[in-house]
Order: sequence, then structure tokens, then C-alpha cells
Amino acid sequence: MGKYLLRRLAINVLLVAIAASLAYLLAASSLNPQVNFKGRNPPVPEATIDKTLDQYNLNPKKPLLERYGTWVSGVVKGDFGQTWEGDSVNEEMGRRVGVSLRLLLIGTILGSGLGVLIGAFAAVRQYKLSDRVIGVSSFVIMAVPVFVMATMLILAATGLNNAAGSKLIEFVGEYSPGLTGWDQFANRLVHLILPTISLCLGQIAFYSRIQRNMMLDVLGQDFVRTAMAKGLRRRTALFRHALRTALIPAATYFAFAFGTLLTGATFTEKIFGWHGMGAWLVDSINQHDVNAVAAVSTFAAACVLVAGFLSDLAVAALDPRVRVS
Amino acid sequence: MSILEVKDLTVTFPGGIEAVRGVNYSVSRGEVLGIVGESGSGKSVTSLAVMGLLPRNAVVSGSVKLHGRELLGMPEDDQIKVRGKTISMIFQDPLSAFTPVYTIGDQIAEAVRIHQKVGKDKAARRAVELLDLVGIPHPGVRAKAFPHEFSGGMRQRAMIAMAIANDPDLLICDEPTTALDVTIQAQVLEVLKTAQRETGAGIVMITHDLGVIAGMADRVLVMYAGKPVEQGPVDELYYRPRMPYTMGLLASIPRIDGEEGPLVPIEGNPPSPAALPPGCPFAPRCPMKIDACDDEEPPLTEIGGGRHVACIRSREIEHKGLTGADVFPVPVIPPNDVVRIPREQRPTVLELNDLIRHYPLMKGAVFKRRVGTVHAVDGISFDIAEGETLALVGESGCGKTTTLQQIMQLEPPQSGRIVVLGKDSGKLGKEDRKALRGDLQIVFQDPMAALDPRMPVGDIVAEPLRAHGRKNVDQRVAELLTLVGLDPSYAERYPQHFSGGQRQRIGIARALALEPKMLVLDEPVSALDVSIQAGVINLLEELKNTLGLSYLFVAHDLAVVRHLADRVAVMYLGRIAEIGTVENVYDRPAHPYTQALLSAIPLPDPEMERTRKRILLEGDLPSPADPPSGCRFRTRCPKFARLSEAERRRCVDEEPSVVRLANAVDHGAACHYAEEIEVITASDDQEEK
Amino acid sequence: MRSKVVLRRLVKNKQTRYGLIGVLLLLILAYVGPFVAPYDWSDKDFMAFMQPPGPDHWWGTTQTGGDVFANTLRGLQKSLVIGFLVALISTGLAALVGAAAGYFGGWVDRILMWGVDLLLVLPSFLIIAILSPRLKGGTWLLFVLLLALFGWMITSRVVRSMTLSLREREYVLAARYMGIPGWRIILRHVLPNLSSLLIIDATLNVSGAIIGETSLSFFGFGVQAPDVSLGTLIADGSGPSTVISYPWLFLFPAGLLVALVLSVNLIGDGLRDALDPGSTS
Repeated sequence: MGKYLLRRLAINVLLVAIAASLAYLLAASSLNPQVNFKGRNPPVPEATIDKTLDQYNLNPKKPLLERYGTWVSGVVKGDFGQTWEGDSVNEEMGRRVGVSLRLLLIGTILGSGLGVLIGAFAAVRQYKLSDRVIGVSSFVIMAVPVFVMATMLILAATGLNNAAGSKLIEFVGEYSPGLTGWDQFANRLVHLILPTISLCLGQIAFYSRIQRNMMLDVLGQDFVRTAMAKGLRRRTALFRHALRTALIPAATYFAFAFGTLLTGATFTEKIFGWHGMGAWLVDSINQHDVNAVAAVSTFAAACVLVAGFLSDLAVAALDPRVRVS
Repeated sequence: MSILEVKDLTVTFPGGIEAVRGVNYSVSRGEVLGIVGESGSGKSVTSLAVMGLLPRNAVVSGSVKLHGRELLGMPEDDQIKVRGKTISMIFQDPLSAFTPVYTIGDQIAEAVRIHQKVGKDKAARRAVELLDLVGIPHPGVRAKAFPHEFSGGMRQRAMIAMAIANDPDLLICDEPTTALDVTIQAQVLEVLKTAQRETGAGIVMITHDLGVIAGMADRVLVMYAGKPVEQGPVDELYYRPRMPYTMGLLASIPRIDGEEGPLVPIEGNPPSPAALPPGCPFAPRCPMKIDACDDEEPPLTEIGGGRHVACIRSREIEHKGLTGADVFPVPVIPPNDVVRIPREQRPTVLELNDLIRHYPLMKGAVFKRRVGTVHAVDGISFDIAEGETLALVGESGCGKTTTLQQIMQLEPPQSGRIVVLGKDSGKLGKEDRKALRGDLQIVFQDPMAALDPRMPVGDIVAEPLRAHGRKNVDQRVAELLTLVGLDPSYAERYPQHFSGGQRQRIGIARALALEPKMLVLDEPVSALDVSIQAGVINLLEELKNTLGLSYLFVAHDLAVVRHLADRVAVMYLGRIAEIGTVENVYDRPAHPYTQALLSAIPLPDPEMERTRKRILLEGDLPSPADPPSGCRFRTRCPKFARLSEAERRRCVDEEPSVVRLANAVDHGAACHYAEEIEVITASDDQEEK
Repeated sequence: MRSKVVLRRLVKNKQTRYGLIGVLLLLILAYVGPFVAPYDWSDKDFMAFMQPPGPDHWWGTTQTGGDVFANTLRGLQKSLVIGFLVALISTGLAALVGAAAGYFGGWVDRILMWGVDLLLVLPSFLIIAILSPRLKGGTWLLFVLLLALFGWMITSRVVRSMTLSLREREYVLAARYMGIPGWRIILRHVLPNLSSLLIIDATLNVSGAIIGETSLSFFGFGVQAPDVSLGTLIADGSGPSTVISYPWLFLFPAGLLVALVLSVNLIGDGLRDALDPGSTS
């Protein structure tokens, strides 16, 4: 098992490297940092632009492969280069990774956990009112893109705040400045509410549908019938035999769901004014900031692969048939 | 005192489909009631209704009394006290019947703990005891294994262990051995008998196999279209059937103790439960049908001697002493001209010489690595002369399917030689190969999967014609459909409108389209019900004789093989164990494996089943990735067990090859100590010859 | 007949009925609406900036005096066209790649699936966003192509795994033993037998493509001005201060978008029930 995991890790590192290179090459060929200097008053002389961009390895006049070579030699040493304004990409990333991971982690845990629970509950209560309500609402929620959801939540929260006459729910930034200790912590929590909901709702809807369908699939299978033939109640047979087995396909969807979550986090960060990796991606594409874009892409690739790896681990833990001995 | 009493049981599914239409039976302690019927006769639904395990949308009415207590309509709280405690059930497919994520031991212990107040440790110990009882080796270790790590036979044993965990009064077995090979089936039936001895339970045995019932049951209930049509003690029912359906069923089974002559098929198909005929449901297929049969459905009436029959002409049948062969028209099959020429003078159509096919055994998901070699086919040789049928028989995993694929691919084999109609498959050019495909065609096992559901039948049959650029396609399609006994107008319909037997005929028509010289038949009748099977076997025999075909017939059903084949090759673990004419191999088997195989097959004859002595094999088939040294059969060989130490050495060290037996023209066995013995007592009419 | 059975099941299915009605209404709105509307989407009414909905401007006006009703319908048209085109191309691509990988196996399979794995490592949103500066000034068809090019991988995996099992189906073996070449078997036997799956996936890919398009356009990475799509319109209307003061800018395009995606999903789900009654997923 250990050997297998090591090999798996090696493949993943290779894949991240290829994906990051691809992202760099795409970014370096389609983004043009010169644009940032255009239209300034007084106009910046071309030589100055070239000099500045050369310094940060961003000058499109240099051959692509040469720039790529410089970038790679930096990345291998753990240095993702500089932004077009000359700041260190590493430092900026260090500030932002934590912000993004916090959102992603909460989104994943709440989304998959609540989703699976709700789905299982709906399956047990198949065709009853609660099942129908869950079914219809998850269907509607899955039709609402994150950016619409986030804006709708803002509207709702504003309405609530106006009705209460005070700022019950705050939704701009990570926290309000000027608070310390417990107050700051509570304030951070309040700021988390809307981003968390907008990120999680879609995930919950997705997982609950999958879990419900998988459980109903399993429900018709012979082994649930066997469990009932042994003398278990229908409900007990469902929980003890169907739920556990139905978790396996749900776990395989984990990697897929994480991809959507990652994209969704970009919107959440941008709309709620969080300074995370997703917001950075959007800003740096708009500023033609090649190195920053490449760094975010590397982060995204690593996240996707870690999610895939975790998903495989979860499946192996749940399903004795795929365990590698 | 009967344990279970079922009265007027009916089951209706949504859409008004009556799957069960009034079933009555009772079972006493220690008694075995056999329920026989073809697919769709409602036999399994009946038992699920008794257990209360039908889907919630099924409407059940009538009465099911267990020890005098009504089970239908009982609240779930009381039901769960009965299920698994007083009544247990054994399901057909033991792989899907176990939860894949828990160990076998845990699942049996769970059954113990539901009904008995014992601790976890004690329940686990009891599970091991039960596994030991049903004959699982190393039960302590095996209890910790997951269902997928068990072989089919072992899983079914574990299923039995779970069913008897709470000492039930009644065991319902739903096709318990259908998914298993014959030698494993013999083992499992033996375990069932042990289980019955241990618990003294009554057994309801549901199956389509009249042989299994003959050996197990005390009383038999025959079901047709959701209703019992005949019921009685096993001997009475088998030797003196009183209902034309039972008579036809018994006459249509090919028998391993060899009756010559064509089988007696029952024409037509069972009615669909959604569209039952008026009157007797069997009337449309019944050769004894009179006008009165259409008037009303005959009730199951008692005729004395504990027997019940649902037929208005049963008295007449009894008086005249009619049998299936008297009542059902026996088809006439034209004789074969080719076989008059001695075999040696006929050309060879297929020759296999030391054919080897090994597969790498892979493990791992991302970087696959080779962890071993599967010796699927490991050096087999045989030949087929023109106009001859060679049957390749053996249990699952013996390599017969791989052999067949190797032949059909017409590619150079890994090692050895395949010569089809004088052409070596290793030396074929692209054009030659395509031309040769016209002469070598195949009929598949599963009539559902063999026809593309998206194509009308006409296109399916025309596909090979078009692929080979033949002209007059439509006319030829009509000819072919007529040839296999179908109406040419069927060409416009889709496969799903046909029954299994009809689909198999369409598959045969497609195989014959290019006028092949040789047909490979891959288990062509094993997916069909017995009454349908007989018609297809007769068709194959007729086609062979009229068209001068040669067959390579791959099968696991030795009774069908005896009926259809001229010569037979028995395979075990990638090698041929025994080969020769059907008479030689069946009547005087020389290899211990053939002997065990033949003795494991249940005969549809209660008297013979009771007196037969079975040669039971130990354990399962070894993995083809790791075959035993020397003789591959020695690990399970009953003869090996009886040999002296010195004699055994040869079995361990030296791999036997097929050697022609002394005083036989066409009979060889791959055993160092081959010795011909009789395993099946010849049936009466054979002795007369 | 199978097609009749499917049709009957479809019509009987409430979900599909609502979905079909929804899509039909939206189509009518998008293509007939502009003829009824008093303003064209390119008109600017300099007398009315940021007007709330009223008798003159039914759904209000924008910062530059554009008519929200006309704009939204224009955006709806674009989103519809892009959604359907992308779904068509990407499902076709997925079918070909998946079936080829599954049927031929060996190195064809390995190379194709390796490509799929690689494409799945980077979210398609990210790749298209990076490439978006190239879209500026170009035609929106290029954007369609990009969306299709990065949206077929998951379907192709499903197609591949189903092809793997179809390949061992006896009617495919029979065709092979007749000497019919691989590509013909894929076209005549494999793909027709996957048609249920492909139809369902194509439908669900429509809603996926619409969400993808609007998401990218939301950040300005998709449809470029002066063209509008539902995504760009929603972007113009959101932002905490805008949405609170001028909610009509957001609510109308967002409402239509949700209605559209919901209707398409309803059809897809209903199709699954009708074409593939065995599966519940």
C-alpha cells in the first residue's frame, strides 16, 4: 500500500508540473503586460517598459520558451517570480492561500456532509412530503449559478438588516477592521455566513441528489433484501447495509464536485470581497499578470489532484473490493 | 402438522399484472417441497410474498399461515421476529445477496444477534461454527474475508450457514444452485441436505431444474403462468404425469443417460402475464387441446393419492396411460449423409495443435504491473471432421471460451496452430481472413445480447451479407428466416418483440447467412427454458444434416452435449482431460474428472437419483494463474487420494498428456492411471439396444 | 415500438412537460419579444438613466439608458445559442473520443485518456479565462469553440466505460467476426446503443454550457462588449451597492437564467427517466 501511494504521489507531482507548465505557456502567450503601460500620461517610453518587464521575466518580446525556461528554473527553487508591479508572487500567494483554503475546506466539509445526510434522509422517506421538498429544492438550487446565488443572498441580507435596523449580517470582506480578541473572532464568523451559504448550497444539493439516488439504487439490490430476510427492519437494513454501500459512488463524485467548488470559490471571493486565490486569478488576468496567473493555476491543479487522491482514498476505505493489498 | 400453509395466494403488480394467481400448498417438518416452473411462471414471486419481501407496490392477497399464524398483513414489528428466525431464505445469486462492504463472518454474526441475545464475541464464534458446519475450510480465517473473496460455491455455503443460524423451521431456497457449476452444485446440494438434517426444517425448493428436484423433493408443485397446474408426490409426478404441460416438460429434457432420437419440444411460448388466454393458459401450446379448454380455466382438483391436477382431460390421460412422447408430436429429422463415410476419409475442417493462450495478470489502477500469468489455454489439440459435431465441455474457468475466441479471431495464436478449412490462421492475409470468416460463423449464448436492439431483424440477418458485398440481400434474408422456422415478415420487427427461442433462431439465421461450412456454437441453448431448448436443439441437428455443416459446440450442460455431439472433449484448467466419441466418454469415462463431472449431473428420475452414488469433488477449481504442478486435477482428484505415495509422485511431477486408451478407437484420457468405469447407469431403453 | 414508448413516457412525465413548456416560452420570449418591444437593444434613451420598471421601459433602464427588456432578450438569445451549440459540439466530441478509446483500447485508449486526465487537472473555467484576452475583438464563435473544447471530458469518460462493456456484447463480437471494420462497428452498433446516454448528456450539457458561458461572461472573460449575454448583464447589475439600489438590473437577467437552466435540467431529468428507466442517478 505504501509503495502504491508513493507512486501515486509521484504521478500527481508530474501531472501538476505538466498542468502548471501548460498554464504558464497559455498565459504567457495570450496575456500581454505591456497593455498596463498603455495610455498613461505622460506616455512611458518603450525602453522603460521593456526594461521593467525584462526585469520580471514578463516581456512578450522575448521568445516564449526562453521566458518559460527562466520561470521553470525559478519554480524548481520554489520561486514563482514577480508580479508586473515587482512584488513577490510567493509572498502574495502566502497571504491568499489561507483565505482560499479556509473557504474550500468549510465548503467541502459542510457541503458533502450535510448533502449526504439530507440525501440519505430523503431516500428513507422516499415519495413522502419531506422527500419531495428536498428533491424540488435541490433541483432548483442546482439551477442557480453561484454568482446569482451570492447576489441574491446579498439582497436578502440587506432586507434582513433593514428590517432589523442594524447590521446583523455583514458581507463585505473577511472582517471589519479595528476589532480585537473575541470581538474580532465573532466578527469574522459573521462575515463567513453569506460566503459559506453561497458556496455550500450548490454542493449540498448536488450531494443530496447523488446520495438519494444511489441509496435508492442500492435499495433494490439483493443484499438489502437479504438483510431484511435476516429479520432486520427496513429502516435498519437501509442504514446499516444501504447507506454504507451507497457512500462509495458518492465518494467517487468527490473529485468532480471539488472542481465545481473551486470555480465557485472564485465567485464567492470576488463578490464578497475576500482576497483569496480566486479573486487574484480574475484580477491578474485583467492585469495581464502572467506569473501570478501561473501560480494560481499551479495551486488549482494541486488542489484538484489532492481532491482526486482523497476521493480515491475514501473509496478504498469504504470499498474492500478495490483495496490494493 | 404443517409448518407453512399457503392458501389462494395472489400477487398483483402495478399495471394489473397478475404474477401469481392463486397458489395453494403446505409444507411439513422435515419435508422438501419442490416448486418447478419456467421463467415467468411466478415461482420466485410466490416465495418472496411468503417472506413479505416483495416491493411495497405489489398487492398480495390470500393467506400465508406459519404455525397457524397469519403472516399477510402482519405489522413489521412482528414480521421481523419471524423472518430469519422461523423462516429463512437462500437466494439464487450469492454474490449480490451479501453486502459487499462487510465480512462474511460479520454478516452471519449479525443474523445471530438479531434473534439471539448474545455478545459480539459469542456471535462471531457462532458464525465460525456455522461456517465449519457447511464445510468451509479454515472457517476462522475465512470468516474475516469479504464476499468478493469467496468463490461462488463458498458464498452459497456461507448463505446456507446464515440461513440456518437461528435454527429455522422452514427454509426457502430460490434457485440455490442455478448460478453454480455442476460439481459445485452437487457439493452445495449435499450441504443443504446436511443443513436439513441439523435443523429438521421443512424446505421449499424452487428451481427450473427437474433433475435437482428429482433428487431433493418429496413432493412437487408444477407452476405455469402464475398458477399450479399439477401437484403430487415426486415419484407419481415424474413417472405418471397427468397434465400435458408436465408431460411435455419431462419429455423435452435431454438426458445424460442417453435416449436417442429427437427431443420432444413444446411449441409456442408461455403467455405473458399481461395477456393471458381465456380458459386454460396452456391450451394454446397443448396438443391435447379441445374446445372446452378455452371455456374456463380448469381448477386444481384432487385426483387421489395426494395428487392435484388442473386439466380437464387428466382422467383420460390416466386411463390411456399416455406419456409425453405419445401426446406431443415427435419431429422428424432428416438423416445425415456425410456420416456414412468413415471419419478418417472425411476432410478435416478444424484442427487445433498445441494451442496456448496466456494472459498477463495485472494489478493496480494507475501504473498497472504484471503480477502473474493466467494459463487460460495451455496446450490443447483436437480436430473436427466434416459433418461432425465436437463438443468442448467443462466448468467455468476451464478455458473453453478462450479457445473459442482464439479460433474466431483468426489471428496468429500465441503458440501452437489453428487450421480452419485447411488454412493456417497464422499465415492469413487480410483478404483471405475476411473470406474465411464467411465459412466460419458463430452462434452466441445469450439471445438477448447477441442481437443489436437498435436494428430490425432484417438488417441483423443482412449485416454479414452486406459486409461481404452479397447481392439479393432481401430475398436471402427471407430464405434464411424461413430456414430457421420464422416468418419472413418478421424482418421488419425489432429483436425485443421476440421470445428467447425465437431470438436464438434469428442468431442462427445470421450465422448461416454466408453459407458457412462450420459453425461455432457458444452455449446456444443454456439461456433458454427447457421446453424452448428442445426446439432449438432439434433445429441445430436438422440444419447440420441438411446443410452438411460441422459444429464446434461449447457447453457446460453435459446432457445437451450427449444429445447433439458426436465427439466430446472435456477440459479442465486449460487442458483437455478426456476426449473421444460421446458413447466412449459418457459410458466408459476414464479420467477421474470426467467421472466426477458425469456423476454430479442430476437426473430427472427420482428413483435413480435416490440410488446413485455420487463422486463428490473436494474444494474449488484452483486459480488458472497458479495451476498445480504435474497433473492439474490432482488437488481435487478422488483417485489421487487413493494412490500410494510412490504412485502419487508421478502425478505431482509429470504432467499427463492425452493418451489413446487401449482397445478403443477414438477415446483418450490425460491421466497416468486412467481406468474406464461406468458412472451413469444406462436407462432402460438403452439397455434394450 | 420503442420510440413510441419513450414518447409516451416523455409526455406522461410531468417534469419534462414543465421543462419543455419552459424552454419553449423562453425561446418565444427571446425571438418574438424583440418585435413587440418598444426599444431595440442598441437604442440609448438619454432621457432615462437607471429608471425602474415602468410603462415606457418595461423592465427599466441601465446606467447608459439602455432598455433592460431589450438587452435581456438579446442576452437570452446569445446564451441560448451558445448553450445549444456548445452542447452539440462537446457531446459529439465526447462520443467520438470516448467510443474510440473504449472500442480500440490499447495505446489509442491510453493516449486519449491521458489527454482527458490532463484536461481535467485544470478547471476549464481557468483555462478559458486565461485564453480570454484573445477573444477580445474576435467572434463569439471562438468562445463557443473554447467552451466545447474544454467541456467534453466527463461525458467522454462515461461513454468510454459504457463502450468497454458494449465491446464485449455479443452482437458487437458477431459483427467483428463477420469482418466489419472497427469504425463501422462504432458508428453502426456502439453509438446507436449509447444514444440514450448521449441524448441525456447533450441536454444536461446545454445547461452546463449556459452556466459556463454566463460565469465566464460575468467576469468579462466570455462574450465581449458591445455584444451582451445574460452573464454580462448580471455582472452589470450585481455588486452590493448596485444590486441594492437598482435591483431590476440584476433580477430580470438572473431570473431568466435560472428559469432557462431549470427548464433544461427538467427536460434532461425527464429524458433520463423515459430513456433509461433502470437508472435513477
